[in-house]
Parts: sequence; structure tokens; C-alpha cells
Amino acid sequence: MRVQLAFRNKMFFFFVIAFPFAMFFLYAAVFAKGVPQTVGFYLGPVIAFNVMGSFWGLSATLVMFREQGVLRRFHVAPVTSSDMLASSIVANYILTLPIVFLQLLFARVIFHVPSLGNPISLFILISVGIVSFGSLGLVVASVTNTMQETQVLNQLLWLPLIFLSGATFPLAYLPRLVQRFGLFLPATYLVNGLQQTILNSATPWSRYAEILSLACWAGLTFFLAAQLFRWEPEAGIPRRAKLLVAATAIPFLILGVVENKSDRILLEARSAFISFTSPASAPKSSGVEAPGKPLATHNPSKNDEK
Amino acid sequence: MPEPILQVDNLVKHYGDVQAVRGVSFSVDEGEVFGLLGPNGAGKTTTVEILEGLRSPDSGSVRVCGLDPQVSSRELKHEIGASLQATALPDKLRVMEALRLFAGFYKRRRDPEELLKRFGLEEKRNTYYGQLSGGQKQRLALAMALLNDPRVLFFDEPTAGLDPQVRREIYDVIEELRREKKTILMTTHYIEEAERLCDRVAIVDHGRVIALGSPRELKQRSGGKTRIEVKLARPVTNGTLQGLEGVADAREVDGTYVLHTQRPPQAIVSLVKHLEADGNELVSLEIFTPSLEDVFIEMTGRRLRDGETLPASRACESSSPFATRCSFSS
Repeated sequence: MRVQLAFRNKMFFFFVIAFPFAMFFLYAAVFAKGVPQTVGFYLGPVIAFNVMGSFWGLSATLVMFREQGVLRRFHVAPVTSSDMLASSIVANYILTLPIVFLQLLFARVIFHVPSLGNPISLFILISVGIVSFGSLGLVVASVTNTMQETQVLNQLLWLPLIFLSGATFPLAYLPRLVQRFGLFLPATYLVNGLQQTILNSATPWSRYAEILSLACWAGLTFFLAAQLFRWEPEAGIPRRAKLLVAATAIPFLILGVVENKSDRILLEARSAFISFTSPASAPKSSGVEAPGKPLATHNPSKNDEK
Repeated sequence: MPEPILQVDNLVKHYGDVQAVRGVSFSVDEGEVFGLLGPNGAGKTTTVEILEGLRSPDSGSVRVCGLDPQVSSRELKHEIGASLQATALPDKLRVMEALRLFAGFYKRRRDPEELLKRFGLEEKRNTYYGQLSGGQKQRLALAMALLNDPRVLFFDEPTAGLDPQVRREIYDVIEELRREKKTILMTTHYIEEAERLCDRVAIVDHGRVIALGSPRELKQRSGGKTRIEVKLARPVTNGTLQGLEGVADAREVDGTYVLHTQRPPQAIVSLVKHLEADGNELVSLEIFTPSLEDVFIEMTGRRLRDGETLPASRACESSSPFATRCSFSS
């Protein structure tokens, strides 16, 4: 039955494919100038971008379906809310994975990135990333009533996730205070995990903090999304909803405190940053700026497309 | 006596302060087409959605195919088929894909090809849902309701918002299902629809069943009287029309005088005579053979389509067998 539900891909296609195509072009433009090491450094953040983008598409589609009464139609069929949500996650996963894979392939073939790191931890991180940010999208869809609300909330979540996590500017580049705040964001762990995997070929075991926290978070947000799921716009949001939503912050609140004490992530981010800036200081000092800027300007265009 | 397939007892449902359903009871036997007839906001849709297991009742009991929709909602959904109000499919889903997708949800299923043929959608099989016309969308909705070969069908306002021609197409489809002895619970606010399609009708108003029976029984209950509706140049005092020869009863509804009579010619003659003597003028006069509308007016003192002006359906009624319309202008 899941497979049957995945038929819904048809609709997701338009959402999911239009954006990555634009992304490919921008990606190529950005990195055409980059040397292999630079591309390698930015590959993690770029993939994280794509993975995190899941929550835009999922929340928007689900809210749209609810507004149009599409979900009502599913409700009279023997379909449960978890079926509905799981199928959204699966469909999103099936669509996002090939795109990420293509980007990795491009990086290797066109831009000659020296190594893509440990493939197993790369795969695991990308998978938990897609599922957890997809679930976040489902929660957003459940707590908002109209498309406008969804877009506002998405925007509010998206901006800190991309700017304060190291996805746009390298974490080591940011002020100390912002770095500390970034440690409370799930995106930081995804970006750092991917970056470490690609640059240092980190094993899944050494990335256990990132993988476990994202996996826990995925489970929690999915559970929440199922609790909060509404088939119709008129159905009210349960009163305990807000409390439950706050609960999604717990895993990363704890992890944030721990990591703020240990400084591990920050040190890793700094050494990664130094590793690609130092070996060729003269020609690449401009290279640091160049990839950073197009990435930042590309971000609004992404929002427009969603 | 077999157990009824649908059983509703004293159903109550509130939305905040609004009492949508206040103690509705009825039952539907297998093979019957049962109609809930009433104005918008009478509580028909709420009742149907509780039966489908989409909403929970505040009190009262409901059994559908021997199941409680609240307890065994999933099993129930395998047994029922429904076309809902205010529902849609994704615009980019093709007709055949929609049928296949939904067929996949059921244990027992019918051949989507056969349904496509039956509902005249063969040519549209690869059309996007978003490109279908209103009538085609509705036919697809009915086809989808039949996908699991359900024991009970729920059609919520199957013809609302469609033009008369398309409405008749939908009637044909439902009449065919009726001949096949399908059990159907439908809601409507069109009298024509209820009279033509339903074996039995419950007239619903303000969340209550105010009359229940076959269309013929209900009409007989209203005395089988012809209804004459007149508009006058000047209002007349209460009760004057009531006393006219041949007029059984008369009342004013929204500025129109509604007279019931068993002897229409006499009633009209005495009415015209009275108006002449009174110096009043007849602005318009319409004659209706007995319909469920009369039952509704008699029970509530209001029109069924209260507050809703439907010129299209008025015009179409003149060609329907239930109303003969003749307008005088002076």
C-alpha cells in the first residue's frame, strides 16, 4: 500500500524537481571557479541545503492538500494518518536521494573533488537528514492553518537553519556567540557531519553524535506530526499541541549544552576551514569569498521557487 | 426482519455553541435509497460525516453495517463508499491514476476500467484532474465511491453547484445504482432530486428530522393539495385569503401568499373575485402540484431554499413534472 501511496510522487515532482535543476546550474556556476578542495569543503553544506529543503516541499504540499480537501478524500478511504505521513516521507526520500546522488557525482566527475569520504556514513547522514527534516515539515504543516502561515513559519525556521549552522557561511567564519547558538540547531550537526565525512572520511561510528541525534529527532518529530495531524482545515489544533511542538527542541537543546561545553564541533569546523584556506593562501583567499557569496544570494531564489 | 444497514439513534453534535445536529434518528434498510432533504446548514452533512466515521458524535448511537464508526473506523471504511462535499484530488493526478491509487487501498475492489466505462470517463482517462469540468469531477467522485464495491454508498450533495443538464446526468447514474439495489444515503437541498431518486426521505431542519417517509407518503400527509403562490400589489390582512371558497389554508412566506387547495379552479376564481372587489392587483401567480416543498413549508413556515435564490433551478422546474408555472402580469 505504501507503494501505491508513493504514486503521489507525481505531484511532488513539480515541487522537487524544479528547484534542484536551478540548484544544479547555480551549483555549477559557483563551483566552476572553485578548486577541488574548495568544492570538497562546500559540498557538505550544499548537500545539507538540499536535504533540509525537504521540509519546505512537504509542509507546503500537505497544507495545500488539506486546504483543497484532498486529505478529506483520503480520509474516507481506509488510510490512517501515519500512512499518509509515512508515504509523504517515503516519496520525499525517493525524490531527494537521486538528486543528492547526482550532486555527489557531479562533484566527483566535473569538479574532481579528491574524495567523497566514507560512503556509509555519508549515506546514513543523508538518509536521517532527509527523514528528520521531512518530519519537521510535517509538523509545520500540522500546526499551521493556511499556506501563508506555513510560508511564514518555514521562513522563520529556514533562515536560522541556513545562516547560523554553517550551511551558508562556514561556521568558523561566524562570531563566537552565533557559533554557540548554532550548536542548538539540528542543521549544524547535519552540515558538520557531512563536511567531516567528506573531508576526513569519518566513519559512521565517529559521527555517532550527529547520526543519533538526528535519528532521535526524526522519530520524535514524526511521532508529533502523527499526533497533530489534521484531515481538515476546520479541525482545531489540540491544546497540548504547543507543548508537544516545544518537545521537538529537546534533543538539540541537550546536545547543544553538551557540545557548547566540549567545543568539539567548533574545533572540527575550524580545522576544516583552516585546512582548505591555508595550503594555498594567496590565490584562494579570494576563493573563500567567492563561493560564500553566490550561495548566500542563491538562497532567496530558492524561496521564490517553493 | 433483517437488521437495518444504517441505524442512527438520537444523534447530537455541537460545534462550539452551534448545535448542528440535535437528536436525529432514522434507519436505512439494505437496498434502499434514503435521502436527507433540508436547507443548507440543517445538519445533513454533519450527520453523514459521523456515519462515515469522519467526525465523532457528542451523544447518540450510530451503527453502519453493524459497526460503530468510532470504534472500527478502518473496517468500516472498507465497507462504505462516499462522495464528499468540498473535496478534491491533486490537480496533477490523472483520472486513471486516481482510480488505481484509491483502488489500492481496498481489500475488495472493482475493475477501474469498468467504472471508467460506466461513468463515461473513458476518453478522460489520461486527463489531469485539474482539467476536468465540474460534472466530470463529480462523475469521477461517484466512480471512486464504487471502487471497493461498497455495501453502503454516501453521496453528500451529489449535484450541488452543477448546471441542470449535468445534474440530470448524475441522476441517471444514481437511478442506475438504485435499480441495482445499492444502498445509498444521499443528502440534497433539491426537492426534485429527493422526489426522483429516493425511496424514502427524511426532511431535516435545524438539526432535527421533521418528517420521514416515502415522497408519496409525505406528500399525502400534506393532504395532496395543490399549492398556489401569488404576489399581490398590496398586502392583505391576515386571514382574509384563508376564508376564500376553495382555499384550504393560506399563509404569507417572504412576501408571497401561499395557498393550498384541493380545488384549484375554484380557489383561483374566488381569489381573483376577492382581489377585484378589494381593488387589489395580482402581480404574479404560480401553481404547483404537490411536492415535498409543501411538506417543508407546512412544517416550518419557511421555504426549503430559504435565503437562496436559484433562478436557474426555478426555470428548470417549469420543465419538471412537479410544477406548472403560469405567470400573470397586470
